[in-house]
Amino acid sequence: MTATPEQLTIAAKSLWLDKKEFQSFLNVLREGGYQIIGPRIEQGAIVYGPVDRVEDFPLGWTDEQAPGLYRLKKRDDDALFGYAVGPHSWKRFLFPPQLDMMRSKKVGAGWDMEPVPVETVKYAFLGVRACELSAIEVQDRVFLNSTFPDEYYQQRRRDSLIIAVNCTMAAATCFCTSMDSGPRCRTGYDLALTELIDGYVVEVGSVQGATLIERLALPTVAAVQEERAEVARRQAVEQIQRVLDREHVQSTLKQRLNHVHWDDVAARCLSCANCTMVCPTCFCSSVEDVTMLVDQEVVRQRRWDSCFNFDFSHVSGGPVRDQTRSRYRQWLTHKLTTWVDQFGTSGCVGCGRCITWCPVGIDLTKESVILCSEAGLDKPQDSPL
Amino acid sequence: MNSPSSSTNRACHPWVAQVAVVTEVRQEIESVATYRLRLRDAEIARQYRFQPGQFNMLYVPGCGESAISHSGPSENDGHDLWHTVRFVGRVTDSIAKLNVGDHLGVRGPFGTAWPLEACKQRDVVVMSGGLGLAPLRPMLYALMAKRSEFGRVVLLHGARTPETILYPEELSQWQAQGIEVELTVDRADGEWAGNVGVVPLLLDRLPDLRPAQTEVVTCGPEIMMHFSAISALKRGIPETSIWLSMERNMQCAAGLCGHCQWGPLFVCKDGPVFRYDRIRTLLKVRDL
Repeated sequence: MTATPEQLTIAAKSLWLDKKEFQSFLNVLREGGYQIIGPRIEQGAIVYGPVDRVEDFPLGWTDEQAPGLYRLKKRDDDALFGYAVGPHSWKRFLFPPQLDMMRSKKVGAGWDMEPVPVETVKYAFLGVRACELSAIEVQDRVFLNSTFPDEYYQQRRRDSLIIAVNCTMAAATCFCTSMDSGPRCRTGYDLALTELIDGYVVEVGSVQGATLIERLALPTVAAVQEERAEVARRQAVEQIQRVLDREHVQSTLKQRLNHVHWDDVAARCLSCANCTMVCPTCFCSSVEDVTMLVDQEVVRQRRWDSCFNFDFSHVSGGPVRDQTRSRYRQWLTHKLTTWVDQFGTSGCVGCGRCITWCPVGIDLTKESVILCSEAGLDKPQDSPL
Repeated sequence: MNSPSSSTNRACHPWVAQVAVVTEVRQEIESVATYRLRLRDAEIARQYRFQPGQFNMLYVPGCGESAISHSGPSENDGHDLWHTVRFVGRVTDSIAKLNVGDHLGVRGPFGTAWPLEACKQRDVVVMSGGLGLAPLRPMLYALMAKRSEFGRVVLLHGARTPETILYPEELSQWQAQGIEVELTVDRADGEWAGNVGVVPLLLDRLPDLRPAQTEVVTCGPEIMMHFSAISALKRGIPETSIWLSMERNMQCAAGLCGHCQWGPLFVCKDGPVFRYDRIRTLLKVRDL
């Protein structure tokens, strides 16, 4: 997906998509054989699902977010992308919450075992934020740069079109500027939009993106619109208040495994796994047997799992991490430090979902400051990873 | 690590089990049996290779999978795979119900191997506790197969009681093939005339040890391996000559499911065999 120099020449000229033309844009995607996945309102939240018509979008809605709080609010315009991020991320389409991996069929007294074939589908992801582009890059490293690349992820990722949307506002939980992952979309997209009140500035990031958008014969963007887009994007940067000292936390947190503050977090944490479910990079899964009631058939089904679940670390002697303290510590140290050892990048992209969707509003940007402090260390020399 | 799984000959799709037929069930001690398996697909069986220390995922349809180390000779291909299993949970209890001719699924081999190359021309101290002898047996077979290529070989093995010593009838054969065997038990009975106490004590007082020329390989409960390593260090054996095999929850065995994480490591693919200096700090952290 990363643009080559040749593709960047295409990208040099931004285009203008008038608001009235947005439905035509959706039609072009559909005609290109893509199933469009974009933002829509379900159960009081902006989530990602199939979208075909402009009316499917969260027209004129925004989201208010804070630790443990998410509310939809009316905007005073009819923006389609006037929100930050909701509980969904694109991982649910590239790495679905449930997936059949293998099938066993009873044959006589024995078994036959075979893989479940990967069904091909072409998605157009519409409305991918900069932090989410980063999250996809993080999961690419997990699922593709592996001794055993994930075939399902590989197919979805290869055939999907990514239409990014630059943020023009930020939620109170956003901290992408700290994680160097936004809010400006830089690479990893086929097309990138910046929404203005009367239309979209369209940047082209790949040959596929260029080929598709060509069909609309859009005009080159006027300088004044470019400027308005820049002002709108700057607004998002200015709204971001939350900070995480990435490099300091990365190097210090692994020296703080016996900090007393882990107990303090554990006293509040419900170990509910919400943070891992909404996280766009968390990749843990379990594979369980689903027994069919007919045909003597058993399917091995992969499901999202979480390091917060009690049984997650189960060995013959019981769970290794049998306390909320050790499970929270595993999650946070993995996300912010050992992820770098494993995959060469932080596991956090600063989207703030784990802060918003934590039922008790635990905020990793605040906790990590205390955990990295000298105060509260059991001994000066704590156990390093 | 010394032998990543990527370097081994893989006949299997990583997610899909191969059907295997049970060819023999051998009761070992109470709640422990060794299964000999033959991969049903002859071509895949012919291509199957593993190294001592590696493991397979054994699968019983409808029950699930369990990571079980190879306990047989690594000269064998997929026509004769040995796995020593303790019946201790949902999956292994269902394995306990299998008879000769029954099917189960096999995925593998996975994980890192014992450092056979590093042991060449050197003395080898094999330290095992309980069922920890099973993953070390392929290593012992490999040492015996090319006995002249290695120096002194000592097995220090501990069990809870005399009747829970694994593979008792093989021990004398191993001695006959040039392996010194020292046994210890936690609780003796009236018949027992040998050592009583933990395995590291056997290393503490092992005579004629040549620390600079010795590799230590150990498998057993984590606490036992931890103290075995400390004992080895006290005897002057360098950290880089001590090797442990770790146990964690393993589900995918391919470093993708996250269950076996241990600090920055995935035990399934970075391990299970680790060199001590690379994991020393991790061993000290409780609940990691």
